[in-house]
Amino acid sequence: MSGQRQATGPIPSPHPPGEIDGSGEMRAEVTRHRDESVPVRPAALAVYLMCGPETPALAEAAVEGGANLVELGFPFSDPLADGPVIRRAAERALSQGMRTAACLECLAETRARLPQTPLVPMTYASLLEAHGWERFADDAQAAGATSLIVADLPAGERPGLRRVQLVAPTSTDERIRLAAQETDGWLYLVTLTGTTGARDALSPALAGLVDRARATTGLPLYAGFGISTPEHARAAAALADGIVVGSRAVEVAEDGPAALAEYVRSLRDALDAA
Amino acid sequence: MQLTYGEYGGRFVPETLIPALDELEAGWHEARDDPAYHEELEQLGRTYAGRPTPLTLVERFAPGKRLYLKREDLLHTGAHKLNNALGQALLAVRLGKQRIVAETGAGQHGVAAATVCARFGLDCVVYMGSEDMRRQRPNLERMALLGAEVRPVEFGTRTLKEATSEAIRDWITNVEDTHYLIGSCVGPAPYPEIVGALQAVIGREARAQIFEAEGRLPEVALACVGGGSNAIGLFSGFVDDLDVRLVGVEAGGAASLGSGRPAVLHGSRSSVLADEDGQVLDAESISAGLDYPGVGPEHAFLRDSGRAQYVGTSDEEALAAFRRLTRTEGILPALEPAHALARVAELDEELVLVCLSGRGDKDLAEVVDR
Repeated sequence: MSGQRQATGPIPSPHPPGEIDGSGEMRAEVTRHRDESVPVRPAALAVYLMCGPETPALAEAAVEGGANLVELGFPFSDPLADGPVIRRAAERALSQGMRTAACLECLAETRARLPQTPLVPMTYASLLEAHGWERFADDAQAAGATSLIVADLPAGERPGLRRVQLVAPTSTDERIRLAAQETDGWLYLVTLTGTTGARDALSPALAGLVDRARATTGLPLYAGFGISTPEHARAAAALADGIVVGSRAVEVAEDGPAALAEYVRSLRDALDAA
Repeated sequence: MQLTYGEYGGRFVPETLIPALDELEAGWHEARDDPAYHEELEQLGRTYAGRPTPLTLVERFAPGKRLYLKREDLLHTGAHKLNNALGQALLAVRLGKQRIVAETGAGQHGVAAATVCARFGLDCVVYMGSEDMRRQRPNLERMALLGAEVRPVEFGTRTLKEATSEAIRDWITNVEDTHYLIGSCVGPAPYPEIVGALQAVIGREARAQIFEAEGRLPEVALACVGGGSNAIGLFSGFVDDLDVRLVGVEAGGAASLGSGRPAVLHGSRSSVLADEDGQVLDAESISAGLDYPGVGPEHAFLRDSGRAQYVGTSDEEALAAFRRLTRTEGILPALEPAHALARVAELDEELVLVCLSGRGDKDLAEVVDR
């Protein structure tokens, strides 16, 4: 991979998901010795973007707007966890030729523009199966990834693959514990039973899930799925340590970097006021 | 990864579904070990579905051979799909689920799901690709009459692959009160095992029937393979009879086993029509029921182990076999098993068993147009 740069120096996220240490190993940075009953401030803001030709510039705009972490979607033809917006974005990306090699280049270009921001590819197992599981992790890390998310590889499967684990309202306490043990730096709380996509209101299931996760782990908890407005962001940040915004960010990104920066800024302001 | 069938199978699904799959697996094991479950299923098969289905010798279709057809086309609703739908409906009732979601390609599984939902008073939502709605209109109308809500899937291939994805997304969203009644031996564990066990009645009956008719077992048993449930049901009756050759017949343009590669689709690792990046490719077949780029993981295992072989049939060969069976025997097969019938003439073996998995009424428009 040409033009890549390794992340260096401290990552200015409130709770980095992992960083590349001197040995080149991906290592979880766990926030410890804090009062785990209250959310961390300021809350972290993760923004999901689908890989594409414009994505490095969009990612830069998202960080200018106040994003602490960027998830980069590597599109899959049959994304079971995704609702219509991200599914359509994946179809479009694939029709533009955004296969694994192109996505890794997109990641490397994004890393070149954003040397200090955690970058996390989010994808599906079929891409890793085809590329080779370890090779995928190695190539992603070499291109600047700080961790991974595999939407259809639940906790307990391939524990050797360092990645951010997801838990859902349907997860048992036992599974939350397993996910917390295996996760890479923070735990992704799926706020609702459903697929990705904007909803009218923040899921009422989040509060209970946060309580159960806090009883199990001191790791930072980021809430995602169905969060799209500053109001949602404020409400979610009252419970969790960070939020993930996907479908709405993908939609706004279609209007270009300036629109995305403005949208992310509106979320950042809401989080900072929370 | 704990895989179910050699290096195939597993549970590649979002976390939201894992507890539901655990619950389903526990419920299935309980039912499987409960004689009352089997008694109820056996009685429904006998008094409602029309089991056992007969075995028919078709000498005019295949002169010079002893070709027997296992007549799943005579099962209530016209295909083997009802075996699975009845068993899973009983399971859903045991699990306390009031709502059923299903996918359908040719519409036969959708009709079977709608039928058992009418019979047991369950709500039924069926996802169907808009391309398949066009070419299988009679089944669409049957589902509506049975009280099912058919939701068109208007994106991607507009066929079974996308219908299955949408059914799984619905299940993710409504998992608390919904049972996903998957139609083939695909999907995350324990689905391939459940569907295979419920379709095993085909092979169990056929083995006893052909032995009674001929005093020996068939030399070769054939079945068409899309997802592969009628084939796995037939094969299970003979898999331990090593002298019986097992042959699965895929559509030439949807040969997941013949030209696929290991990939992950719809919750399990199997042999899939996919490119080198793991992106799933479109299948192409005249038969909506075979028009699927994946296949049950047990078939991939049987292929690799050499216990079963898999061959392909073109659209034209399937149409010719469809017409020939209709004209020589007065039996109108579905286009799916017509793919298996097309391979019979070239076999070396004399005593042959084919699973006639469904009847062809649904395919008339497609056949008459050609």
